[in-house]
Amino acid sequence: MKGLLRKETGIFVLLVVVCLATAMKSPQFMSLENLQNTSRLIGMYGIFSIGAGLVIITSGIELSVGSMFALLGVLLAIMLNEKHWSPFLSIGIILALGTALGAFHGFLITRVKLQPFIVTLCGLLFYRGIARFIADDRTKGFGDAVGFEGLQKFVTGNVLGLPMPFALLIVLSIIMWVVLHRSVYGRHLYAVGRNEEAARYSGINTKRVIASAYIISGLLAGVAGILIAFYTNSISPSSHGNFYELYGIAAAVLGGCSLRGGEGTVIGIILGTILLQVLQNLVNLLGIPSSLNFAVMGAVILLGVLADQLLSNRSLTRKAS
Amino acid sequence: MHPIVEVRGAVKRYPGVTALGGVSLKVFPGEVVALIGENGAGKSTLMKLLGGLVRPDEGEILIDDKLVQIANVSVATSLGIALIHQELNTLDNIDVAGNVFLGREPSRFGIIDRSKMNADAKSLLERLGLPISVDTSLHKLSLAQKQMVEIAKALSLNARILIMDEPTSSLTFTETEQLLRIVEDLRKQGVGIVYISHRLGEVKGIADRVVGMRDGQNAGELSKDEITHDRMVKMMVGRDLDRREAKAATHSQEDRLVVKNLRTSRFPKCPVSFEVKAGEVFCLAGLVGAGRSEVVQAIFGTDYSVSGSVQLDQKEIPKGQPKQAIDSGICLVPEDRRNVGLIVEWSIKHNITLPYLKKYSRSGLIDLNAENQASIQQSKALKVKTQSVEVPVATLSGGNQQKVVVGKWMIQQPKVLILDEPTRGVDVGAKAEIYQLMRELSASGVAILMVSSDMEEVLGVSDRVAVMHEGSITGVLDRAEFSEEAIMSLAVGKGNQL
Repeated sequence: MKGLLRKETGIFVLLVVVCLATAMKSPQFMSLENLQNTSRLIGMYGIFSIGAGLVIITSGIELSVGSMFALLGVLLAIMLNEKHWSPFLSIGIILALGTALGAFHGFLITRVKLQPFIVTLCGLLFYRGIARFIADDRTKGFGDAVGFEGLQKFVTGNVLGLPMPFALLIVLSIIMWVVLHRSVYGRHLYAVGRNEEAARYSGINTKRVIASAYIISGLLAGVAGILIAFYTNSISPSSHGNFYELYGIAAAVLGGCSLRGGEGTVIGIILGTILLQVLQNLVNLLGIPSSLNFAVMGAVILLGVLADQLLSNRSLTRKAS
Repeated sequence: MHPIVEVRGAVKRYPGVTALGGVSLKVFPGEVVALIGENGAGKSTLMKLLGGLVRPDEGEILIDDKLVQIANVSVATSLGIALIHQELNTLDNIDVAGNVFLGREPSRFGIIDRSKMNADAKSLLERLGLPISVDTSLHKLSLAQKQMVEIAKALSLNARILIMDEPTSSLTFTETEQLLRIVEDLRKQGVGIVYISHRLGEVKGIADRVVGMRDGQNAGELSKDEITHDRMVKMMVGRDLDRREAKAATHSQEDRLVVKNLRTSRFPKCPVSFEVKAGEVFCLAGLVGAGRSEVVQAIFGTDYSVSGSVQLDQKEIPKGQPKQAIDSGICLVPEDRRNVGLIVEWSIKHNITLPYLKKYSRSGLIDLNAENQASIQQSKALKVKTQSVEVPVATLSGGNQQKVVVGKWMIQQPKVLILDEPTRGVDVGAKAEIYQLMRELSASGVAILMVSSDMEEVLGVSDRVAVMHEGSITGVLDRAEFSEEAIMSLAVGKGNQL
């Protein structure tokens, strides 16, 4: 537990340093507009990153969320803008579909005993293909939101001065914090991730616990998918959500989740998400060529993981000597 | 004669503990020195010193009367010291010859010279009298055979000093005999052997000299003619222990656990039936691989059974689901405590409360305070030696780890407690405490089903013994019929099939 705290402190310090440096170089960073937009992005990314982290804690992986965003986005646009279905029904269908896809992954992984990497890799390919097929490879959008102006305003607007996605993230992360760190279910999740056999020998229904992580991740992907679709307002099925699964995984790993499972905290995942988004923002604001975007992110993640490894090695040697 | 290896006044300090406080040890060529002591006495640290895994803070090591610095494992190897760990370091996906020469494969232009490697491996196996082919894949071998492959590896390095850390802890009676024969041969060939074991019967048979350790110090020495069970125990624990736990038959006549025609996935053709009464200690004896663990795993639900029924107090227990078994009051302390009995990276507290977390929670949320209290209470009741329940169980000794596994199930009194090799790798003191706990539980009406390969334990703590051979029960003995010979003959399949 102390080790986890230290991990979070490390990334928090890094985050503060990056923020200060950006703010000093570019006063625009602290402008209301920039903060609002960055926090909106943090909200959307944070929500599905929690799902990614949850799955990683069970020592699994979820690679398909980016393609899910494309599929769900295309379907949402069709339902609202072309079929003119009721906003409530459409949202309900999208959330149910996200959950169902998660449940399907969970089923294949726990009952059919396929490897999570393979199952979700197939999902990554499959959902993208279906999204492009359904949309006939054409960009779908919400137009002027005739008939669902209220919904559009709700998800792209503000509550108490906070962008909706950010406000939602706060609520969801409080819920997930309680679930992960205070509930019996959360403890079981960590047990299964750390040592599945020992968990089974302690009477935990390991299959159900693992499957539930994919289901929750699917639901969160549904929520994030809706927010992202309305944020971009136009969904081009071949590129919408590309690489988003990797942002989620990166945020979780940066925040202290171990791919071996059994490790990670909600606060860490959120901090990881914020750091990734601030870095993006930094690239934009400081006029760094946007082609370097991925390079900056890759380098920072590597440095973060490296620093963590060095620190833990040192503390090990200190213990040994 | 000069000692082949000598340790003088070795001191090794870790933060907060002195693992070795000036220990000395001499081994002569062609001598088997048994090193005994409770877990945590410093035996392993001393061996790691010789194996180059740990550097001493003070003291000297001499090989052939010459002062040496054993900086790392390869120095130890070049000095002719080979360490055989409790946990085997063989690879299951490679054959025997490949394991013996792992990392030192004879090769030409990077291509392994199979014929040379096989021939060399073959001559080593012959030296050990091991009747297996060098191209057998390791996963086909028994634990004992794998251990002998390790010994062959040590010999291929021209080891003159062989250190064996509890080599027989997971071997059967016959396998143990086979291993001891090899130790005997190696001794004749002039190899100096340090033999660490908790099995005192074995030590008595094989050792030329016994060196005792206690709390990181030498605790005395016994020469060949002084070696007796009681003197060894006294040396280790510094006091007398009554070891034969004579037990009054207090159990009732009602059957608590009834197993009918249970056929395990490993032995689908062998139906097994028996019943355990409330307050009884029922033991499944036999050789490793006789199907005993499979039976208890099938009862608990961690292994599949082909058919048959398990009843607890006349109620059928659904099979294949440990959760159901636990909910009805059947608990298992598994054989492999480090991998399935515990989450070793976790604290004592979190391990103890894991199975019955719901007891410390309201509407799904854990009451951290209640959890803390319960774990402290449990670890005190079971005398787990630790400063705090927040300590990861990986840092505990085998005996204390086992107490934590048992403690998990004591939160809610079980109806049937299944113990699979309960005292393997557990030191004498903790052993006595575990037996004491078993006695208390059975006195309070818990039915205890034990699997054990330790003959002393089988005869000492059981009320009834069922002996298994190749998946079937070959005989059930009452206390009056107990004898080592009777059990052994049933274990090798000489009894009347039931």
